[in-house]
Amino acid sequence: MPMRQAFDEIMGAGEGGPPRAELAALSRWIETTPADELRRRQQAAEATFRQLGITFAVYGESDAAERIIPFDIVPRVFLPGEWARLSEGLVQRVEAINAFLHDIYGERRILAEGVLPADLVLGNPQFRPEIAGMRPPHDIWAHICGIDLVRTGPDDFFVLEDNARTPSGVSYMLENREAMLRLCPELFRRFRVAAVDSYPDRLLETMKSVAPHGVSQPVCVLLTPGHYNSAYYEHSFLADSMGIELVEGADLVVDDDIVWMRTIAGRVKVDVIYRRIDDDFLDPLVFRPDSALGVPGLIAAYAAGNVAILNAPGNGIADDKAIYSYMPEIVRFYSGGDAKLPNVETWRCREPQALAYTLDHLDELVVKLVDGSGGYGMLVGPTASKAEIEAFRAALIAEPHRYIAQPTLALSTVPTMADQGLAPRHVDFRPFVLSGRRGVQVVPGGLTRVALKEGSLVVNSSQGGGTKDSFVLMDDQPGAAQQMRTDVMTQTLGAMTQETRS
Amino acid sequence: MRLLIEHRTTFRFPEPQPRLIQMLRVTPQNNHDQTVVAWRIDVDRDVRMREDCDGWGNAVTMLYVDGPLDGIEIAVSGEVVTSESGGVLHGVRERFPPTLFLRDTTATARDPAIALWAGEVARGADRLADLHRLNAALGERIAIDPHRAGVELAAGEAWQQERATAGEIAQLFVAAARSLGTPARYVSGYGLIGGERAPQPHGWAEAHVDGIGWIGFDPVTRLSPQDRHVRVAVALDAAGAAPIAGSRLGPAVEVLTIDASAA
Repeated sequence: MPMRQAFDEIMGAGEGGPPRAELAALSRWIETTPADELRRRQQAAEATFRQLGITFAVYGESDAAERIIPFDIVPRVFLPGEWARLSEGLVQRVEAINAFLHDIYGERRILAEGVLPADLVLGNPQFRPEIAGMRPPHDIWAHICGIDLVRTGPDDFFVLEDNARTPSGVSYMLENREAMLRLCPELFRRFRVAAVDSYPDRLLETMKSVAPHGVSQPVCVLLTPGHYNSAYYEHSFLADSMGIELVEGADLVVDDDIVWMRTIAGRVKVDVIYRRIDDDFLDPLVFRPDSALGVPGLIAAYAAGNVAILNAPGNGIADDKAIYSYMPEIVRFYSGGDAKLPNVETWRCREPQALAYTLDHLDELVVKLVDGSGGYGMLVGPTASKAEIEAFRAALIAEPHRYIAQPTLALSTVPTMADQGLAPRHVDFRPFVLSGRRGVQVVPGGLTRVALKEGSLVVNSSQGGGTKDSFVLMDDQPGAAQQMRTDVMTQTLGAMTQETRS
Repeated sequence: MRLLIEHRTTFRFPEPQPRLIQMLRVTPQNNHDQTVVAWRIDVDRDVRMREDCDGWGNAVTMLYVDGPLDGIEIAVSGEVVTSESGGVLHGVRERFPPTLFLRDTTATARDPAIALWAGEVARGADRLADLHRLNAALGERIAIDPHRAGVELAAGEAWQQERATAGEIAQLFVAAARSLGTPARYVSGYGLIGGERAPQPHGWAEAHVDGIGWIGFDPVTRLSPQDRHVRVAVALDAAGAAPIAGSRLGPAVEVLTIDASAA
């Protein structure tokens, strides 16, 4: 139950009031398309996802059945101006993340100048001394970032979480768009929606751009932990869309500090690895010795500058929740200006005053483990039971340094298909930001997650969340209609390619 | 003191290995009280070797060997001149501030029994004196296990069994010192200890005291290292400073024999 009237991204602020002027056409589409028809389309999309195998496993559930993430047919829309401002903030933030990683594994200027408490970094398990002093090719660390945002008003975006390790979800951005193009083509005639299907090309371009110095035709691969991983579909989908090999640890060998891929035609030198396995499992000689998923010697090859690893090992320190609360300071330290995208106000429970405040306001706050993810280890005060609150109180007192607390925000809503027809549901947003040698770019789209339960603020797919397509509208220009039709063509062609493949 | 080191590690594989990759941390570096006069690594096979440095700043040699391979012998030999410094480390370029070495690892995890004991042994007035007391008391309490080498037991396990290898006792010291809030780390290297005629692979610890710096502690001798220790690698625990980290690529079990002959 939201404490305040939430901002609805299509219908505007007030209940029953007029929809946002720019999106009146979308609201008409919602009103004039019969609910049964919307539901039918939604089911068609979900049937496709099931057939494609876009499933995920829910951790901690005994039945091994894989689920699809529910899809909602009503898109979430960003206006051109909104998107432009958002992009600026995202670029600034990701540039700061890169600068931070470069510094923290090198000179550690930010600690010397006292911007961050040193023990927060040095004592953090996500800070990996094993790779200190090693530098990724071209000094780019966080090649693929997913920055989780929430919104409370037309221009009020807040960063909820940075993901600078191996953010997933981009396949949903692409598949949701394909489904929308197929099932709601009329929307793409009415709106100039920026295409997202160039993402695999942009990602491949990013990979190639960070190849080690002196490599002109880099060989790129995607390293997966294998088909038991919950994001395996995405790994195979991305490798396939980019036209690069999908490999497991056993397919790669390191010899003489060079990474090779075993192929039927013999060994092929590998220059760039998009790894979707965690640092811990990357190289058993350096990290967990029992890892069978990684590649022995990979870190030696990396240290020698012979391979680029996306994202770079050690990145976890940049998206740690304890570090997150210092991101405004981090952005200011490296960019010289204030963060264009603010954080959600955060109480660091390691600080006695913050802890006292948190304990006094547990029924209002969201409390999170600094090293938790996926909505696990989290208390949502306003919807929690007394027992849950007391359990968290005990945990907080025992280990305050493991927790942060945030206000319960009135997250924006978007009309969403519910049992009784369309109803507002809370959403968040994960845009994807690519950093290559030619700079930082934001893909015009992203993953919108929606809390399907009425009033729920937890959007994680593991906790019953769903997804929506995210439209980024382009500025109207003379001849826009013509332009638009070409876009639809390209996108439809993309969809056809996709269908031929599957 | 002039120390001549000659040390061989032999691996025998019950089944031939298609390939072998090993990461060696066996090469000492110079500091004020340790000068490496000569050092070499010899392997009884055709190998490719790459010299590098790990995140801790330790010298690393990557070894790449083609198979099929039923065994390999790695021989390390060298000459190091050492001087006595009261156990205090001088002339080492540190990559990290001491506080990093307050971190736990699986092998040196926080253990209430060790912390309780360390708290009882330490009297709290003088950190350096406390560490020396801890060192001597550990050496007294934990017996050397003559039948094992290397480091298998975590600090907590070694504490319970009261029998451990030199390296395992060193890890215990590290865990105990950290429980007192003192940064501590594991050191691997060579030591000329007891009645041996040549330095043997050995493990001990270092702890950091403000105003003094890093100081070596060897619970086996119950003293700080004098001029009979050759320092090779440091890390948060023994695994991080392991002389040989290897990866088997075949199905076999490694049989490790270590033979150090007299110089």
